[in-house]
Amino acid sequence: MSAPSGSPHPAASSRIPPKLGGAAASGAAAPAGPGPGPHQQNGPAQNQMQVPSGYGLHPQSYTAPSGHYSQGPGKMTSLPLDSQCDDYYSGLYRVPTQSVVTPNTASPQPGAQQMYGSVPPAPHVVGSTLGSFQGAGSSASHLHTSASQPYSSFVNHYNSPAMYSDNSSVAAQGFPSTCGHYALSTVSNAAYPSVSYPSLPAGDPYGQQMFTSQNAPTVRPIKDNSFSGQNTAISHPSPLPPPPSQQYHQQQSLSGYSTFAWSASGLPSTQDNLIQNHTSLATANDPTNPVADTLSCSVMQNVQPPKSSPVVSAVLSGASSTRTPPAASRPVEPLASVARPSELLQQKGMQYGEYVNNQASSAPTPLSSTSDDEEEEEEDEEAGVDSSSTTSSASPMPNSYDALEGGSYPDMLSSSASSPAPDPAPAPAPAPAAPQPSKTAKPFGYGYPALQPGYQNAAAPLNSGVPPGSPAYSGFQQYAQQYPGMNQLSSSLGGLSLQSSSQPESLRPVNLTQERNILPMTPVWAPVPNLNLDLRKLNCSPDSFRCTLTNIPQTQALLNKAKLPLGLLLHPFRDLTQLPVITSNTIVRCRSCRTYINPFVSFIDQRRWKCNLCYRVNDVPEEFMYNPLTRSYGEPHKRPEVQNSTVEFIASSDYMLRPPQPAVYLFVLDVSHNAVEAGYLTILCQSLLENLDKLPGDSRTRIGFMTFDSTIHFYNLQEGLSQPQMLIVSDIDDVFLPTPDSLLVNLYESKELIKDLLNALPNMFTNTRETHSALGPALQAAFKLMSPTGGRVSVFQTQLPSLGAGLLQSREDPNQRSSTKVVQHLGPATDFYKKLALDCSGQQTAVDLFLLSSQYSDLASLACMSKYSAGCIYYYPSFHYTHNPSQAEKLQKDLKRYLTRKIGFEAVMRIRCTKGLSMHTFHGNFFVRSTDLLSLANINPDAGFAVQLSIEESLTDTSLVCFQTALLYTSSKGERRIRVHTLCLPVVSSLADVYAGADVQASICLLANMAVDRSISSSLSDARDALVNAVVDSLSAYGSTVSNLQHSGLIAPSSLKLFPLYVLALLKQKAFRTGTSTRLDDRVYAMCQIKCQPLVHLMKMIHPNLYRIDRLTDEGAIHVNDRVVPQPPLQKLSAEKLTRDGAFLMDCGSVFYIWIGKSCDSNFIEDVLGYPNFASIPQKMTHLPELDTLSSERARSFITWLRDNRPLNPILHVVKDESPAKTEFFQHLIEDRTEAAFSYYEFLLHVQQQICK
Amino acid sequence: MEAAVFVFSLLDCCALIFLSVYFIITLSDLECDYINARSCCSKLNKWVIPELVGHTIVTVLMLISLHWFIFLLNLPVATWNIYRFVMVPSGNMGVFDPTEIHNRGQLKSHMKEAMIKLGFHLLCFFMYLYSMILALIND
Repeated sequence: MSAPSGSPHPAASSRIPPKLGGAAASGAAAPAGPGPGPHQQNGPAQNQMQVPSGYGLHPQSYTAPSGHYSQGPGKMTSLPLDSQCDDYYSGLYRVPTQSVVTPNTASPQPGAQQMYGSVPPAPHVVGSTLGSFQGAGSSASHLHTSASQPYSSFVNHYNSPAMYSDNSSVAAQGFPSTCGHYALSTVSNAAYPSVSYPSLPAGDPYGQQMFTSQNAPTVRPIKDNSFSGQNTAISHPSPLPPPPSQQYHQQQSLSGYSTFAWSASGLPSTQDNLIQNHTSLATANDPTNPVADTLSCSVMQNVQPPKSSPVVSAVLSGASSTRTPPAASRPVEPLASVARPSELLQQKGMQYGEYVNNQASSAPTPLSSTSDDEEEEEEDEEAGVDSSSTTSSASPMPNSYDALEGGSYPDMLSSSASSPAPDPAPAPAPAPAAPQPSKTAKPFGYGYPALQPGYQNAAAPLNSGVPPGSPAYSGFQQYAQQYPGMNQLSSSLGGLSLQSSSQPESLRPVNLTQERNILPMTPVWAPVPNLNLDLRKLNCSPDSFRCTLTNIPQTQALLNKAKLPLGLLLHPFRDLTQLPVITSNTIVRCRSCRTYINPFVSFIDQRRWKCNLCYRVNDVPEEFMYNPLTRSYGEPHKRPEVQNSTVEFIASSDYMLRPPQPAVYLFVLDVSHNAVEAGYLTILCQSLLENLDKLPGDSRTRIGFMTFDSTIHFYNLQEGLSQPQMLIVSDIDDVFLPTPDSLLVNLYESKELIKDLLNALPNMFTNTRETHSALGPALQAAFKLMSPTGGRVSVFQTQLPSLGAGLLQSREDPNQRSSTKVVQHLGPATDFYKKLALDCSGQQTAVDLFLLSSQYSDLASLACMSKYSAGCIYYYPSFHYTHNPSQAEKLQKDLKRYLTRKIGFEAVMRIRCTKGLSMHTFHGNFFVRSTDLLSLANINPDAGFAVQLSIEESLTDTSLVCFQTALLYTSSKGERRIRVHTLCLPVVSSLADVYAGADVQASICLLANMAVDRSISSSLSDARDALVNAVVDSLSAYGSTVSNLQHSGLIAPSSLKLFPLYVLALLKQKAFRTGTSTRLDDRVYAMCQIKCQPLVHLMKMIHPNLYRIDRLTDEGAIHVNDRVVPQPPLQKLSAEKLTRDGAFLMDCGSVFYIWIGKSCDSNFIEDVLGYPNFASIPQKMTHLPELDTLSSERARSFITWLRDNRPLNPILHVVKDESPAKTEFFQHLIEDRTEAAFSYYEFLLHVQQQICK
Repeated sequence: MEAAVFVFSLLDCCALIFLSVYFIITLSDLECDYINARSCCSKLNKWVIPELVGHTIVTVLMLISLHWFIFLLNLPVATWNIYRFVMVPSGNMGVFDPTEIHNRGQLKSHMKEAMIKLGFHLLCFFMYLYSMILALIND
């Protein structure tokens, strides 16, 4: 970050905070409402709590832990797992998913808004955000702690929920608790100097912590015992706290603490309560109800006092006399801990909220002071901190031990420390302590290593004597078994969670032939890697970065055995609601492999970090020691780079080959007779006029226009001309630019001329008789025009290019459209467009193609111009502005998105992965410049990429692998930026684990990409066979691993149960289908989309979602922007689900169909469609009228919700049961049999047959 | 006469060896990221036809001069060269296509192919050398 002293970007720190802070702060404010600042945010805060805004809102992720705890045990019981972490964390899935689900809601809130990457940093926010951020940091550190002690940590979580809850009112729940963060963090800021690192035994007010840490090493073995003891204690509801605790005095408080908490939870009654709470909360959990919070609050309060307080108080007294005051607050904590497991966010939130409130109230003074602080002010404090920090660094070992044994202990302490906060007097001092310990608890970098003992130096001592994982494990299982209550909890939670699939669950064999309703009622979410929860929280969002196997097989042989594709799916430039932006003079990278520092590196000590990709040990630069968020020194592991797996750096001039280019847009328009006839010019010019001011760019933005038919027309828009000047070049064999510099003009200086031109353009060629199209020469001219700067060329073409270079012949034989045998001409006919694209790419120019054609125009050849220059392709078959209004509307909406969406220029993307893995094939629109460097002249938020991986060296010596994509681009404002995503995945050695971690959606998307390549390089039938074989191979491979099970049917692991269905869907997709009449261009376009769409959109295209919408209810509805959005269950894609008295909505990604049954409820027709009866519904209907009825409102809000965040604006078609358009609709019912293709059941039988062969 | 045939073959073979080495060097440059795919492929594509022609000439020469063994030895490689050249899809920029060379391990297979050819040409070189000396002695 910017240096403490006036670095060029003082706001740097503020930039980051807004993101994290926004969420955290707002969350904090809601329950607590402590200080004036927070107060304002109350409203948003609540929303926030419920709605984790999709992107990595860290606060929410904090919530996750709580969920983990609770669920973990439950899962554990169910699974006798081998993979330690895997099973453990299965519970986590829900959390992330939740956050994913609700992004919409989050965005509107002020807090969230701050996070927008593009939004300039709001300086005023800084104070508060900082605080919150720190809170986040501390919580994160918690995680680290837990991570760092893999073995004990599990236990800790379970047995020491209290601790967690305490200190982490912060960590545990993002939402309500955030306030806790807030308070705490701020306090900590203020108090920072006074805080000593836990590693310093003496200095700490909470001597106990220190002790623990110190003792830890020696005590270790015993501690394990104590753990087990605790476990047993737990199993027997009666609290058996003392034994361990007594033995180790210092720990006593700790252990006692934890045990008590557990025992408390163990009490049946409590459990019941909890469960009830959970269940009640379950609904509450939904982002929808703000009410839930309050409810849960009250509930919790009721519950808590009776049980927890007595126990706790006792414990506390035992722990330390000093703590007594906090006791009052404590009672809450144990409860909270109990609640935690339940993952009831709200509950915790409430409790915490309460608890936090106390803190907050006590804390306000420090808070306010801190919030006002500027970085400079902190410098003094830093100095103070500095010394302590150094000491801490000096004794990293104890820390690690600490961590090992129960990082939680320190946490507890910290929590206890924080708990005293309520007392006005002690508050300031202790409060700081709370975060502090947590920091120490995450010894620099130890956290991760814990996962992989071999990985890190520090880890080694920890492991000493103890076989890695085993102790924790056993403890864990014990817990699970002993705690039926927990199971119940988790199961009740299961209902809550969006995705209930857990590791064991994902391995459950499913007999596909007997499972009739294979499609879940809710959308399928990405599986979450089985990482330890800290890592999981830090991990990259599956929306941006997904791997087909969330458990990476150790060797290529194992991968081959599993017969599943291994690859990554990327959506690197996705629109994010929250993105930490980092301005720093030095961007810390590994010296040998140039990896950017990321959350998964390990800090060996304060001054060195170990690269997680190549394992080189690097120095931490001086600047990195200062953390602008906490304004503290000596905590490199708290830097935002290390706390977020998705970050954006503002790059220095080292990352520029030339000064950042301005945004340059060139429009190349076909104005031949055909084009004028189609009438797209009107729509385009209109859209451009509307969006001229919204084009991304700065004051340097330049724009230009060219039109062509058999000649090429340039437009001189030089400022000062009275009207646009048209220059015609008729020599298309040797194209030249008529004037060098006035064709691309500054948008703002020549705005009037541009507007004149746009107004005149639609009518300029109305009487043209020119039917030829010299696209090739026009593109060459465009290339010449753009090459000095680079930028974006948008080409509008309506027919086959017929003149000059790059002319094409019609290759399609209409009679072959429905051929089942060979489909030819999927590849380009000439290399002209490819060469041109590569030239453009070299000059940082991307070519976007809009093909609006009614006949064959050889998209296969034309698409090359976009494919290799990183452009995008839009295709509007049979476009006509009046005859085909739905296409016209689609063009209009697409243009709006296209013109206004974010854009990055002169970009390159590099993907790195851990040593041992290698990338061998890339999919998407780009040019692969060298082995791992993709050259992207432009990058847009709608572009997706896929990469195939192979395992070159065995990964046996590592337990984690990481992937990092770094996208270096020039923003439209002329800033050079680097967006870095890092994904971390576990390595497994057993085949079962590989299957357990399979991500069926990602696999399908990767397979689709591979199939496109195959059909172009080989043949379509080859590609189809390969798809079928993919299913056959993987299922038979799985079948052989579970051969002990006697099954007659087709067995698939639960994680892959949708695999055959999706493959069947692919086979019936336009791109790959045979036997159904498909125009070549349509097919090629579908292939282009498969190659460049991000996963979310691609999945809709492959397997549409079908909903019944004539009976929408508010049950399970979610709130988005103050609107209630009903969530009808998914229906399977089969005509059997279509009842005549219903109305169904099919979401195909780029198009919506509403199918109206013949005897559909007339109320629905009247209320939603606005027609009196079925007969009066028109054949072509593309809009739902805005009627003032409840059902209309529901239907519309549902459809709008579905439409949000789509790159392609779907058009809505209302299809009557008897209209001819219904074939369009029915072809998407992929589970049904068609003349040329299997039904789902037949396909299964076919697969089974193949397997048996 | 026979000596002349082998002298020519020897020279031709030398050229082919150099060409193979050039291929290997250029491909490994690409592998190591010293040059970009575009320039690498345009460099290499330039030499695909000369290589093909050079090798075909030797093969035909051997057929004409009725050196059956050497002809049969050369035939598979010559066929492969021609096949590879003919099978290039219309949309590609030659045997080496910059947009695909990094995909599906193509770079590796090109490299392997160049290595094998180098070995083959070296073998041929000594064979021609031996035959040439033999022919000269016989003369």
